[in-house]
Amino acid sequence: MSKSMIKCQCGHENPFGTVLCESCGRPQTEEAKKSKTVDMRYEGSARRSQTYQRTIVDKIWNFFSSVKIGVSIIIAVLVTSAIGTIFPQKLYVPANTEAEIAAYYERLYGTFGKIYYNLGFHDMYNSWWFITLVGMLGTSILIASVDRVVPLYKSLKQQRTKRHPSFLKRQRVYGDGPVEDADASLKKAEEKLKQLRYNVKVEDGAILAEKNRFSRWGPYVNHTGLLIFLGAILLRGIPGFYVDESMWLREGDTLEIPGAPGYFIESKGFIREVYSNEDDEIFGKALERNPMIDKNFQTDVALYKKAEGDLPGQTDNISLVKEYSIIVNEPLTFDGYSIFQMDYRTDELKSMDFQLTDKETEQSLGEFTVDLVNPESTYDLGDGRIVELKDYYPDYAGFENGEPTSKSPLPNNPAFFFKMITPEKPEGEISFVAIRQTVEADENDYKVNFVSADTRNISGLTIRKDRTLYILLAGGIIFMIGVAQGSYWNHRRIWIQKGENNEMLIASHTNKNWYSLKREMGQVKEHASLPSYEDREDKESDKEEEEGDID
Amino acid sequence: MDLVSLSSNLLLVSFFAYIIATLFFGGAVRGAKSQASYRNSRSGTIGIIITIIGFLTHVGFFITRWMASGYAPVSNMFEAVTALGMMLIAAFILLYFIYKTPSLGLFALPIAIIIIGYATMFPTEVTPLIPALKSKWLAVHVITTILGEAILAISAVAGFILLLKKVNVKKASRERFWLEVIVYTIVLFLGFIIATSGFRIAGYEAEFNFMNKNEQLERSVYHMPPLFGMNEYEALTEDAMTPWAEMPAIIDAKKLTTTTWSFFVGTAIYLLLRLIFRRPLAAVLQPLTKNANLQLMDEIGYRAVLIGFPVFSLGALIFAMIWAHEAWSRFWGWDPKEVWALITWLFYAAFLHLRLTRGWEGKKSAWLMVIGFILIMFNFIAVNMILAGLHSYA
Ligand code: HEM
Repeated sequence: MSKSMIKCQCGHENPFGTVLCESCGRPQTEEAKKSKTVDMRYEGSARRSQTYQRTIVDKIWNFFSSVKIGVSIIIAVLVTSAIGTIFPQKLYVPANTEAEIAAYYERLYGTFGKIYYNLGFHDMYNSWWFITLVGMLGTSILIASVDRVVPLYKSLKQQRTKRHPSFLKRQRVYGDGPVEDADASLKKAEEKLKQLRYNVKVEDGAILAEKNRFSRWGPYVNHTGLLIFLGAILLRGIPGFYVDESMWLREGDTLEIPGAPGYFIESKGFIREVYSNEDDEIFGKALERNPMIDKNFQTDVALYKKAEGDLPGQTDNISLVKEYSIIVNEPLTFDGYSIFQMDYRTDELKSMDFQLTDKETEQSLGEFTVDLVNPESTYDLGDGRIVELKDYYPDYAGFENGEPTSKSPLPNNPAFFFKMITPEKPEGEISFVAIRQTVEADENDYKVNFVSADTRNISGLTIRKDRTLYILLAGGIIFMIGVAQGSYWNHRRIWIQKGENNEMLIASHTNKNWYSLKREMGQVKEHASLPSYEDREDKESDKEEEEGDID
Repeated sequence: MDLVSLSSNLLLVSFFAYIIATLFFGGAVRGAKSQASYRNSRSGTIGIIITIIGFLTHVGFFITRWMASGYAPVSNMFEAVTALGMMLIAAFILLYFIYKTPSLGLFALPIAIIIIGYATMFPTEVTPLIPALKSKWLAVHVITTILGEAILAISAVAGFILLLKKVNVKKASRERFWLEVIVYTIVLFLGFIIATSGFRIAGYEAEFNFMNKNEQLERSVYHMPPLFGMNEYEALTEDAMTPWAEMPAIIDAKKLTTTTWSFFVGTAIYLLLRLIFRRPLAAVLQPLTKNANLQLMDEIGYRAVLIGFPVFSLGALIFAMIWAHEAWSRFWGWDPKEVWALITWLFYAAFLHLRLTRGWEGKKSAWLMVIGFILIMFNFIAVNMILAGLHSYA
């Protein structure tokens, strides 16, 4: 890479690629010399992307540093995101297997749904092309910023108060003309500019008034914030940085917390409340329209910690950490983890009470309770009466090839093979008992019948630990500082200098809000009787526009 | 008088104050002979004073409703959209004091009036909060977001004025066509308001049973004659009209009916106005921009985006993420509402880049500002009502 410098007539050495001398502002390229106004965007400084365009690295660098490309990437992310909202994303579809998901889209949305699914739009935000686009966005932000910030910093630092007239003449707002007393005008201008809170530098019959230069760093600060944010998202891929687990916790149970080894949680009860008229009379009308508005979901829990050095899974040596009521918006937090109330199921069967009866006399021969999660194998009813539980199907789904089957281990629809042993029938009788169904192989003398059931609620909890949260937050805060800095202040500069004879030159530049800049210039001009000036970018404004002009 | 009725009366006062203020701003624009008389006209001053009074009663509405319900009144369509109207007025007042432009008021106030009118078409009663919304972040996140959106919306008003003035409305062109489409869309909103309140005054009601998309039986009450029937509908009201067609389960035929009625009524109004004026409505409105300074409008629009974008970023992304993390355990879940907030944000980011580094000023930038407002309204209306997700209000 060439490290050569170009020397300006004023004596300042500029890096190769400079358009406007960093010090005096004289145009350095043929093109700049010919043009009537100059592109002041980065002060005409030497940017890598504008200077080197030969190697493949240069080409990639130039690609990503271009705002045209940057904006195109932003628009591409925007459009793909929008497509992802046409139909619900996979995450929100009530189906588990891929085949079920595919069927869901086709059933509800027809051919479009099918195409949507087949193109992978149903999982847009995890698709490789979406992730690639976001990666390109980050790359672009990084490269575009680096490409500009260093040269911009250098040239703003090295700018001289007195500029070459050729620089002033090429500014967007410029004017020259004779004044009565140049020195008096300069003095007055200085006074007024200070009053308008400009930073005023005077040098040899020239004024440089500058305001809010720090706002020029706004974009770079906010881009840094964005990059920190994107970086934090990458970090979540590293194990240990990010835990996302969920669990179903039944009332009365104590379970080890998935993702948080050594911690146990017990549900002391789940509560679901809906609003009633007693809550507040002003809700009366709304409740008339919709009487079932949820008020609260709450799991009362106890959190335990296992003693150091115990074996995993062991629950006999755990100590209480705290008791807490988890409600929506108020997760339980400990040791960097948060546990959220996310879901619930009410009234899962917990245990069933049965009765052994003599069919003929309808007389009860004793009762027993089957715990549906941990059933016992025999129930001794005394007096030589025993019920054996030969087989148990927690989620009975009918017979298949003469055998009962169970859909899941959850006690949704329990069924049992009981063997009933009594002094009268010591060899025992077999009976198959399900809800509202009893099947007997032979004609039995006894039967087991259902008396009552006990239910309990289950809480769906989510366990999160996210060590990147603070990095994300820091990224967000830095972004906000940057946008505020760049949006609520603008960088304004006004140059006033003596020319030949009693002539004065006046020029100005701002990175945004020209109207407000010109309003301030107007005040200075008025006060210091300076020559009039014009805004050359605003020439396109037709006659009609001028009619409405204020000055 | 209890708090809730006091609250609705205050809103009514604001509504009329904004209408009267619009007339005064109109007077300021039409009566101005020169720029000086335009900027310092008496009508303009009276206009802004009445606007401020209306704004204060509007804030009164907001606070009394907050006191009555115990939570920030931004929890459903009615509340959120009226808040948008209120913030729009606030943003206008702020910019009025920076730039002293009655023209902006002449266009911003009617938009706010339509927005408030639109809001009152939704159920206005105080509803208790569901568990997910019970959080201090409801107030913080929603109020900041709506404020940001309102400031961004003002930029669209400035952009619209610029376009109306700069586009030649006497000659047919693509620009004139799209400008007319915008005016027509605004008239459609009027159509919605008139259709809804008309049938409401008439007390129309028709009940149906239907099969929803999860194949469960549900009941639905129409407040407009049912042009479209829900999936496998069965009429429960005796003499209700028979729907023209039955819709599949994924389409909410009731909303489609409301939309279609609004479309009919709005189009009828539009055609009537065309008949009366015998000109495109954009041409009818153009004289109202006569004193607007183009460069000033351009700057007001840009300034509004510059003020609004950070506020929107803070409310719609940062506060939103913090709350989502607390309520739903993840700070981002690609829910349609979240995605559309992101889209809006990306759009304005693209706008800022085009303007700052590619010099998109004047008409180009004005069109983008108008499109931005369309995105914001899409966020409020379509995303809340159609792309139902966790955030659904309706
Ligand atoms: C979502 C992504 C982005 C956001 C939110 C963002 C935000 C911003 C903001 C707020 C500004 C200041 C604008 C103003 O003050 O008017 C800015 C400036 C800028 N951005 Fe971005 N930006 C993003 C992506 C990009 C990308 C991909 C590029 C790549 C080309 C880029 C290049 C620039 C440049 C060159 C500036 C002007 C810097 C200056 O004038 O000193 N930005 N950005």
